Amino acid sequence: MSLQETHASQSMFLLDTHCQRKEGILDEEALQVTQQLLSSNPDFATLWNYRREILMHLETVKEKDEVQKIYEAELAFLESCLKLNPKSYGSWHHRCWVSARLPRPDWSRELSLCDRCLSLDDRNFHCWDYRRMVVKVSGVPVAQELGFTDRLIGSNFSNYSSWHYRSTLLPLLHPESPESPSPSHEPPQPSPSHSPQTQSHRVCEEQLLKEYELVQNAFFTDPNDQSAWFYYRWLLGRAEREEMISCVYVSRDEERVAVAFSRPVNAQSVSLLLVLDGQPQKVEWKSVHPRFKHSPVCICDLPPGTISDITNEHNLTVHWTEKYTHRDCALYTGRTESWCRDSATDQELFRSELSVEKTSVLQSELQSCNQLLELEPLNKWCLLTIVLLMRALDPLGYEKETLAHFQTLKEVDPMRSAYYSDLCSKFIIENTVLKMEYAEVRVFSITDKNLTTLCHLDQLLLVTHINLSSNQLQQLPPQFAMLQCLEVLEVDNNRIENLEGVYHLPKLEEVLLKNNKISALADLQPLASCPKLRRLDLRGNPVTQAANIESELTALLPSVTDLLL
Amino acid sequence: MAAEELPSEFDVVILGTGLPESVVAAACSRVGQRVLHLDRRSYYAANWASFTFNGLLSWIQQYQEEPQPKEVQDWSSLLDEGEELVYLSNPDSASISNLQVFCFTSEEDEEEAQSSDLPNPTEEKAVNEDTDVKPSADSNEEATTEKQETVGGAEEEQLQVTPTEGEEQDTDKPHLSTAQSQLEPTRKRITYAHLVKEGRRFNIDLVSKLMYSRGSLVDLLIKSNVSRYAEFKNVTRILTYRNGNVEQVPCSRADVFASRQLSVVEKRKLMRFLTSCMEETEEHQAYSGRPYLEFLCDQKLGDNLQHFLLHSIAMVTEDTPIEEGLAATRHFLRSLGRYGNTPFLFPLYGLGEIPQCFCRMCAVFGGIYCLRHSVDCLVVDKDTNRCKAVIDNRGQRISCSHFVVEDSYVGKKAAAPRRLLSRAVLITDGSVLPSDSDQQVSMVTIPPVAARYPVVKMVELCPSTMTCIPGTYLVHLTCQSAGSAYEDLAPVVTRCFHTPDSPDQENRPSVLWCVYFNMVDGSGVELEGHGLPSNVYVCSGLDSTLGHEYAIRQAELIFQKILPEEDFCPPAPNPEDIIYDGENPSTPAGEEDEDGAGEEGKREQSQTQE
Repeated sequence: MSLQETHASQSMFLLDTHCQRKEGILDEEALQVTQQLLSSNPDFATLWNYRREILMHLETVKEKDEVQKIYEAELAFLESCLKLNPKSYGSWHHRCWVSARLPRPDWSRELSLCDRCLSLDDRNFHCWDYRRMVVKVSGVPVAQELGFTDRLIGSNFSNYSSWHYRSTLLPLLHPESPESPSPSHEPPQPSPSHSPQTQSHRVCEEQLLKEYELVQNAFFTDPNDQSAWFYYRWLLGRAEREEMISCVYVSRDEERVAVAFSRPVNAQSVSLLLVLDGQPQKVEWKSVHPRFKHSPVCICDLPPGTISDITNEHNLTVHWTEKYTHRDCALYTGRTESWCRDSATDQELFRSELSVEKTSVLQSELQSCNQLLELEPLNKWCLLTIVLLMRALDPLGYEKETLAHFQTLKEVDPMRSAYYSDLCSKFIIENTVLKMEYAEVRVFSITDKNLTTLCHLDQLLLVTHINLSSNQLQQLPPQFAMLQCLEVLEVDNNRIENLEGVYHLPKLEEVLLKNNKISALADLQPLASCPKLRRLDLRGNPVTQAANIESELTALLPSVTDLLL
Repeated sequence: MAAEELPSEFDVVILGTGLPESVVAAACSRVGQRVLHLDRRSYYAANWASFTFNGLLSWIQQYQEEPQPKEVQDWSSLLDEGEELVYLSNPDSASISNLQVFCFTSEEDEEEAQSSDLPNPTEEKAVNEDTDVKPSADSNEEATTEKQETVGGAEEEQLQVTPTEGEEQDTDKPHLSTAQSQLEPTRKRITYAHLVKEGRRFNIDLVSKLMYSRGSLVDLLIKSNVSRYAEFKNVTRILTYRNGNVEQVPCSRADVFASRQLSVVEKRKLMRFLTSCMEETEEHQAYSGRPYLEFLCDQKLGDNLQHFLLHSIAMVTEDTPIEEGLAATRHFLRSLGRYGNTPFLFPLYGLGEIPQCFCRMCAVFGGIYCLRHSVDCLVVDKDTNRCKAVIDNRGQRISCSHFVVEDSYVGKKAAAPRRLLSRAVLITDGSVLPSDSDQQVSMVTIPPVAARYPVVKMVELCPSTMTCIPGTYLVHLTCQSAGSAYEDLAPVVTRCFHTPDSPDQENRPSVLWCVYFNMVDGSGVELEGHGLPSNVYVCSGLDSTLGHEYAIRQAELIFQKILPEEDFCPPAPNPEDIIYDGENPSTPAGEEDEDGAGEEGKREQSQTQE
């Protein structure tokens, strides 16, 4: 039969089966016909559906033994379909369905089918999915599954699926012992039931050390293989920060309260209760910027006159009711503002984002990575991991090395140089925040450091003076509006085109924007929302070339008295 | 075969069924040539054959017997005007020499053996045609290289070469066997009787080679579809003998990852070296002409890696030049990972299957096969100096345009000393490196055990290769000869195994039975010439390399000389794709035909072995 003929007769067949299905014919003959069609193309969802209808009907009319036989035949047929196309969605889905309905399922047979499939293609995710289902239903012991990942990783360690599976099994099999000191604030809850919901995602130290060795073997063997590096990152861990109110700030002039959280919250839906001098206040919480719904900083305006009298002392408490946490803040007589905050250490602020490992472990990991770097001085994964380890160990102490490694990274991986610049900016900002914490000042200055992006701006809630001159910034993003105390903004010599984040900053007086890329008057629109702005330096921006710019600016920003063009 | 007359006209007549001859036969038949393929032996594959245990015993016996001088018959009556006869030489029985057999297991079941305390002396037969080997010299040498002083001496001598004339050797035998049974009181041993009883389940190769996964043999098997006639198994690990131990060589990425003997830094260095040597670099060129070892030394790889790279991956010697070393390394690496974690494949049922597969292909396309059938002489046209016909040993004149012959029929006019290969075949009771799985197929490289000794390649086959019985391993050792096979290989055997010569190595596998012999290394024999007509081509037989590159290249060259215009082994159609025109299904490529030929061959072989 020629190919065309085959095709034509198939279409005829299809038409037939369509009619039969409509007519509700659910007999074994229809089963035969669909089998014939599916065996030439197993990716035909409609036909599988029809088959399921037939099988469900047969279930009602046949004896149990017969049903078992029919389903076993179905499994054999599916096997032949999978041989034809081992990644057929329809076949795998149908196999799941059949396995679940089989009166006497033979799970070991299914497992060995999966093993065979995975030995042919160890990244066949259909098979991985199916296998997970089989393991779950048949209750294969976790230890046996871990052995299975051992085997797969042994035969080919470039396999995300196996590494990932391993990361889900290890915490079940070797949970972190509860007495071990954990930098994460949530104590792990050892549960005898081994249920993953209540389980800590950490692994006991003894096993962790073995895993470090295993994964090191992988990345020393092939340092360009990402899967091992990703698993390594997982091993090093990442703590969840405790959910808390990190800062409450109150300003008498604006009659405004700003609250900073340890994680972004939705200002509209977060359950906050403001108590002022023992009286709950009904206030409207809002984000600092309309384009920025989930924000780590929320603000609210107090009813006019409640705290405006400078001779009064006020006690303020903000409750985060759903998290059972709160923070007090006292506004004393004669003071125009007040705040209450944690004096956060670097450990809590940024290190936990990178790893929760103990210093000794990190130190030895850093050592072996440095060893690899000696052999492979241009390996980006190794460089990046070293940077992360250094940050987790001592961000300020390793600052110089970190910056040098970033430079190498940008050279060896130019495709991702922007990513490295952003990451480097993030680390520079973190370091500057730490230094500011130690110095207890409200001035934040990073100049001439090639910053490309701004982050951690919630940490700068109390900053009054910021100097970001001579960097590569292109915008002041909406998050910038979190700088509620900002009075002076210096961003000379950047590439700023957009001032979106300079929005409703109540205390902002000076904006120095010399030599940037502001090209249209509309880009300056956000400044109009800052009531106290009086000095604006726009020299060296394209916008100054526009006709009538001075008069239009005066109209837009009436409060500005000192305009430099 | 019945003494029927053969057809008297063929395009190509081929004498000898070794690998290159069989490939030429298949290639010619495949493109429509009429092929007659003969072998004087009663089995296929000549010196490339595999035997059952009993088959091997009869093969040994055959070589022990004095070759009977064949009387030369005068066939000049069959000549026409202007023709002359060129007689082929007597088949060269010296292609196998220095045959020595040792049985270290008890003859009968355990109890009987203990009561009789004498392993049947007839089984400890040793045959040697070159009787000039001096046992005493040999044992001295042993004593200097190994701590055998205590046991050496007497035993060494009595195990040593037993001349066929049979002198005084039997004196110490009881001593030996009692020592043996005292050493191994507990282990349930496989007896000689058991080996004979289960002998049919052995497939013992005369040559020991492996197929490189990207070598020319595998490519040819795939290209020609001959692969469908055989099944293969991966060699599962590469081992090496080093500092008195057998170690696994990490060669694939997975091996390197899993290796416990390498530090992570060594892992990186090894992987980096393997990756970098795939490309020709300026650094390589700078070493041009200097030894590969020198290059390896300068890479600061450390002793471990240097050993692995030189001996197990490149499999070259310390003075091999860099070009050759790198080429060998690349060949190894290219073959890696195609079918498994090592570069090698081994055919189930032994290497003797491969020539038979090609013969089968030849038969499918109409080639005619006769075993126990030889050619006595060639009919040569005096004017053109071309072979017009051959006259077989029954006096039938068969005309042909081309004649291909195995080198043993070509006279030893070239007086150049022939190179030899030393071979040993061992049946042992355990693997040289036990592991989780007892079904490992291992390639073991053994650097020279001492100065003057050759590099030995050892292949250890497990029962799942269908070459030996459960509970045993079949071990092949091969090297280029420096002395007799026994002299070359016995030192390696005593180091790697537990034998009466190495009674202190109780933790090593015991040798149950072994045979040593030398084979002629034919690499170097010319395809043409030898004073033969221009349309006669000589297949040179075996070579000492591990792969089949030499034999396949030779077959291809011969084919191109015969049929310069034709494609070499184009894919054979699948039987199910063959379209029969009309109602005449008797087209040439009938599967029945093919089965007939193959089965017949095997039947003949097994008959002669019983």
